[in-house]
Amino acid sequence: MTYLALAAAYALLALPFGAAIALAFVEDHRQAAHVNVAVAAAVFACAVLLLFVRPPAGDFVFVDDLNNVFIVLSTFIGATTAGYSASYIQHEIDAGKLKSGYIRFYHAMYQALMFSMNLGLLANNIGLMWVAVELATLTTVLMVGIYRTPEALEAAWKYFILGSVGIALALFGTILVYMSAQPLLGDGYEAMKWTSLMARAAEFSPHLLNVAFVFLMLGFGTKVGLVPMHAWLPDAHAEGPTPISAVLSGLLLNVALYAVLRYKMLLSVNPAAIAPGPMMVTLGLASLLFAGLMLYGRKDVKRLFAYSSIEHMGIITFAFGMGGPLANFAGLLHMAMHSLTKSAIFFAVGHITQAKGTQRIEDIRGLTQSHPMLGWSLVVGVAAIAGLPPLGVFTSEFLVVTSTFARQPLLAIPLALGLLIAFGALLLRLTSLAFGEATEDKGEIEASYAPIVIHLALVLLAGLWLPPQLAAWFQNVAKLLG
Amino acid sequence: MDLTFDIANFFAGMLVLTSFMLLYQDRIMGLINVFTLHAIALSLAVGWQAWAQDRPHLWVTAGIAVFFKALVIPFSLRSIVKKLRIHRDVEIVGGIGITMLVGIGLVALSLVVMLPATTAADPLAREDLAFALSVVLLGLLMMVTRRNAVSQIIGFMSLENGLILAAAGAEGMPLVVEISVAFSVLIAFIVIGVFLFRIRERFDTVDVGELDNARRDRQ
Repeated sequence: MTYLALAAAYALLALPFGAAIALAFVEDHRQAAHVNVAVAAAVFACAVLLLFVRPPAGDFVFVDDLNNVFIVLSTFIGATTAGYSASYIQHEIDAGKLKSGYIRFYHAMYQALMFSMNLGLLANNIGLMWVAVELATLTTVLMVGIYRTPEALEAAWKYFILGSVGIALALFGTILVYMSAQPLLGDGYEAMKWTSLMARAAEFSPHLLNVAFVFLMLGFGTKVGLVPMHAWLPDAHAEGPTPISAVLSGLLLNVALYAVLRYKMLLSVNPAAIAPGPMMVTLGLASLLFAGLMLYGRKDVKRLFAYSSIEHMGIITFAFGMGGPLANFAGLLHMAMHSLTKSAIFFAVGHITQAKGTQRIEDIRGLTQSHPMLGWSLVVGVAAIAGLPPLGVFTSEFLVVTSTFARQPLLAIPLALGLLIAFGALLLRLTSLAFGEATEDKGEIEASYAPIVIHLALVLLAGLWLPPQLAAWFQNVAKLLG
Repeated sequence: MDLTFDIANFFAGMLVLTSFMLLYQDRIMGLINVFTLHAIALSLAVGWQAWAQDRPHLWVTAGIAVFFKALVIPFSLRSIVKKLRIHRDVEIVGGIGITMLVGIGLVALSLVVMLPATTAADPLAREDLAFALSVVLLGLLMMVTRRNAVSQIIGFMSLENGLILAAAGAEGMPLVVEISVAFSVLIAFIVIGVFLFRIRERFDTVDVGELDNARRDRQ
């Protein structure tokens, strides 16, 4: 059993790594898309397997309840996005927007991104985790700039510069954590292993940990997209290929958040260190309120949903910052629901912009008339993300708000206000996008509905009935988070 | 011991000083030269730590710093700059006096933050860490104040130099980290190179300010 578990854990790394290299040489883009989907699906299967068999913690790779949640979510969306990307990319080739050389590059980078995200989640070494997040940043930078339009280059450059600064600050924090552990755990890898850090963190120098957490929060927080380090996020989402927007919102932000959570857990073990919660609560609320207001003036549909991602990452960071079993549970659930819903929205939006030939909101109207399936998917998706019952996001937002009201009523007021502001903006935009007289189509599309339907069905299911096993699993992780 | 300490401080201080020189250097070629100096100061500081802490793997780090940052990167940056025909460009750096004052403030800030936090650590590592944070913050300041893509890259790489100084000060931090940092800088450099050429292709300039004009009425 141990061998099986180890094999599954290493397959999560080896499969995408091998595929990234192989796909760089596959000329035929249809074949490449098939390989991409097959590998992503196999990786998801391995991730599910890890739920049942767990490998012992190694020097570099480990699986526990916390990262298992992230791995399953991330590989699932990785697989559905690979399926979606096949039809999206086909359209981009037919429309002459991407040349075949770039397609090869795109598929190789997609798998390289999957590899780096899995590595970041599985890493049992703070240095390795940092390297993985940096690798994920670089691969996405290259993908955001793939269209080579001035806008795409600007977005990629901005993302690169801000992302690098964030990641540099995170490295400084990582070094400080090592320094705080080194006197107790000795030189070398031992003082960088999560498992040994967590065991001894209570005795670390609290001063060093405090300074380290500030850097880690700012550094990885940049990658989470928290205000005021969010400036890269809307550009990167709007100018890159839409499957990448879906992966960015659905997965990459979560990986960065996972890093923040790990360090939060580390600090919570040390009684003399500052409580990491208030800082996360502040940044989370700032992101929620700022992004909620920014939703109103948006003219570009992908930018609109990018700001909505900032808003939701704010809510999730807020929930984890509040801490405690209930708020952590709500945060985990909200993270899963947001990832599923937001990627489904981007899937729909990707096909819509292909059909309408524009991303400008005012040029897209009456989608439910012209493209009933896409239009109604968008309606359901936006209703979900705005927090309407009975969809899953409502459940998790409700839990966040009620748990906050119970403990810190004063904090619940700005939280509820932010949710309402965002709700208003999203419904306002939705009515103009989905209803009214349809605008003219500019292109034929062959949409793939399956990924959208699967994601939204899961979100609806979670809103109506959360399987008790899943709830128990999340509760267990919530306790772990402290 | 005292001499060891003083020399470590001297090299790390040299790195901070070259960071200040980067802040006000307005000619692109001059900037590349100062960056070379920055990398040499880094390798001296790391090399001294290798000797003082008796950690052979730090020699590798120092070697990487000399080879990549003082030779390969300045050399290729020079050729890029010449190919782009911007080697005679003079960048308008606004408010040098204020930038310098902010820089001094940042150095003071990093001393105030780092020294009390590291009372338990080895004094040699302590001051190195405070200097390292200064270099990181000065690199950030440079990236914020510059408009030119090449200057932003150099700011970023000087920031990375500060990180390597910090990693060298952290006793016995595994080599793998330093190699990966060096590696990531290298990749970053390739990425940057690719983008520079595309920026040049599209806008005929490497002034990042031009990118703002590409915004038009998006939002």
